[in-house]
Amino acid sequence: MDAIELGIVALKCLVIVAVLLTGFAYTTFLERKVIARMQQRLGPNRAGPFGLLQPAADGVKLIFKENITPVGVDRFVYFLAPIVSMVVAIMAFAVMPVADPITVTIGGQVREIRFQLADFNVALLYVLGITSLAVYGLVLAGWASNNKFALIGGLRSAAQMVSYELAMGVALVSVVLVVGSLSMNDIVDWQVAKGLPLIVLQPVAFGIYAITAIAETNRAPFDFPEAEQELVAGYHTEYTGMRFALFFMAEYINMITVSGLAATLFLGGHHLPFVERFTGNLPWFVDIGVFLAKVILALFLFIWIRATIPRLRYDRLMAFGWKVLLPISLANLALTAVVIAFLAR
Amino acid sequence: MSGLDPAFLIVGALAIVTAVGMILAKNVVHSALFMVAHFGLTAVLYLLLSAPFLAAAQLIVYAGAIMVLVLFVVMLLGRQEALLDEPIVGQRWLALAALGVLGAALVRVAALGVPAAPEGGTAVVPPAFGSPAAMGDALYTQWVLPFEVVSLVLLVAMIGAVVIAHFQRRPRNEKAGNPAIAADATEIPSPRA
Amino acid sequence: MLADYAPLVVLLAFAVGLGVIVMGLAHFIGPRSPSPVKDQTYESGMTAIGGAQRRVPVRYYLIATLFILFDIEVIYLYPWAADFRNLVAKQGFGALGGMAVFLGILLVGYVYVWREGALEWD
Repeated sequence: MDAIELGIVALKCLVIVAVLLTGFAYTTFLERKVIARMQQRLGPNRAGPFGLLQPAADGVKLIFKENITPVGVDRFVYFLAPIVSMVVAIMAFAVMPVADPITVTIGGQVREIRFQLADFNVALLYVLGITSLAVYGLVLAGWASNNKFALIGGLRSAAQMVSYELAMGVALVSVVLVVGSLSMNDIVDWQVAKGLPLIVLQPVAFGIYAITAIAETNRAPFDFPEAEQELVAGYHTEYTGMRFALFFMAEYINMITVSGLAATLFLGGHHLPFVERFTGNLPWFVDIGVFLAKVILALFLFIWIRATIPRLRYDRLMAFGWKVLLPISLANLALTAVVIAFLAR
Repeated sequence: MSGLDPAFLIVGALAIVTAVGMILAKNVVHSALFMVAHFGLTAVLYLLLSAPFLAAAQLIVYAGAIMVLVLFVVMLLGRQEALLDEPIVGQRWLALAALGVLGAALVRVAALGVPAAPEGGTAVVPPAFGSPAAMGDALYTQWVLPFEVVSLVLLVAMIGAVVIAHFQRRPRNEKAGNPAIAADATEIPSPRA
Repeated sequence: MLADYAPLVVLLAFAVGLGVIVMGLAHFIGPRSPSPVKDQTYESGMTAIGGAQRRVPVRYYLIATLFILFDIEVIYLYPWAADFRNLVAKQGFGALGGMAVFLGILLVGYVYVWREGALEWD
């Protein structure tokens, strides 16, 4: 790897972080606007045209807030937890392909630039592994805060995330079975080659993925870790100002990541599998637009669900994960395997 | 390649540091954190050995799953003073002796030297080496029996977990109480009979 | 091949850097006027009763153990799925059978755990 390549990688990382932060800011804005509309309100509309500067205003406000470190916290873990949450959220995005590669000439050398930080033959497992680490930020915050609400919130979130991770893992195995690879690019290319997004072939896996993704990101109706009415703010009860903002950031970046994963695995990624049969391959900037549109659609669904469905009861939530989603995903896997075995023979 | 890979040296050294930190940390949760870091670094070591699937499995199973259990157990016990007495008399000296034996064995193995690399300097790893598909090929053709035995081990562990947690089957006719109550922290971990 | 993974290290550096910067900003810019009352842990405005480090139900332990066991099962599914067409070509339906036995044995455990009530959360 030479200096120019390293520079390209650093630039990509910078873009990923910048885009995720902007995405985070405007996802919160979108959420407030959409939910306001669904509740016949206007939502934020004072800061800038249509309230578009609201996220910036919120950010500035949070920076100038007083940070309270309550007595009895485990200082090291208390400060570490929000950083862990956010780092994990950002890392998971690394393998997401956003557009077709382009070739450019830099200093007389022809280089291929991929709109993706890294792709390897265990990419899907990498994403699962990284998201399974997300639980630490929550548990550690809950434990370090020296607060009963925070501890219960952290524990609940851990139990919930692990329970839903299983069903998600099994559901994604069905995708791997169909495609025969764990590389993100292979999965996208397969969908383009067949001219079918995988959601058509694997609707059950998609459904399970969608439900578990909501649970993994701790969003309503699975937002137990921070169930306001019973646990105050759950694991981040004792966090203020920018420290709280890091948890907030992690939650929304996680939403963006699981949305991007849904787009990549089930909706054809940055391609339009069916349309491209007729139009041929689309240029890279259209690819980015397509990917973005799919992610925003998924984010809108997240928000819509939050505005529509009330929170579940905790015991129901656990039972749903273990007794409903897990068996269904296993049955779907068995069915997929049998069908493929018959077709492949 | 005569020397060791610098990446390996850095990651290996960090792995040792975190392992030592885990032992020396006074606070159990800090210990657990060192352990997570150690597991993560071990995953990187697998990666450096061209075993990406193992690295991912290490990340998911050890860093992701087993450490959650460790944290739960730590919280299950609550904040306690570390046990300073030795349950087994003289266990520190025994541990030291065991360490000496293991260390000697390691030195002996290291003295055997690394197998010489083939012509051209470095060992060539085929591109698909250690990939999930290659793992699958080896595991489900050559090593089917050990793989099936794994399921038995997991089954035993499952039963063991239920027995240790002292769950008893609820009488058939008895209606479950209100599940919303007593779902979270109680003073004493009391599974219902 | 290792070069495929190198960008992850760079991204990790960026992410950690961002986290530390944000925490640093919070530390240096925000005002600070601590008082004993303000620094108490929050307990709905009441004086906090007892410490927060209480023992948690054994059920969490059980869920975590079951999670590990099923997680290992899921990990075994991935190489099988990635190589499935190849295995079918080699072994025919034997490729299904091997995994069916594995999952079947685990299913016995699943049914046992369910019937013992370990999945109930009450």
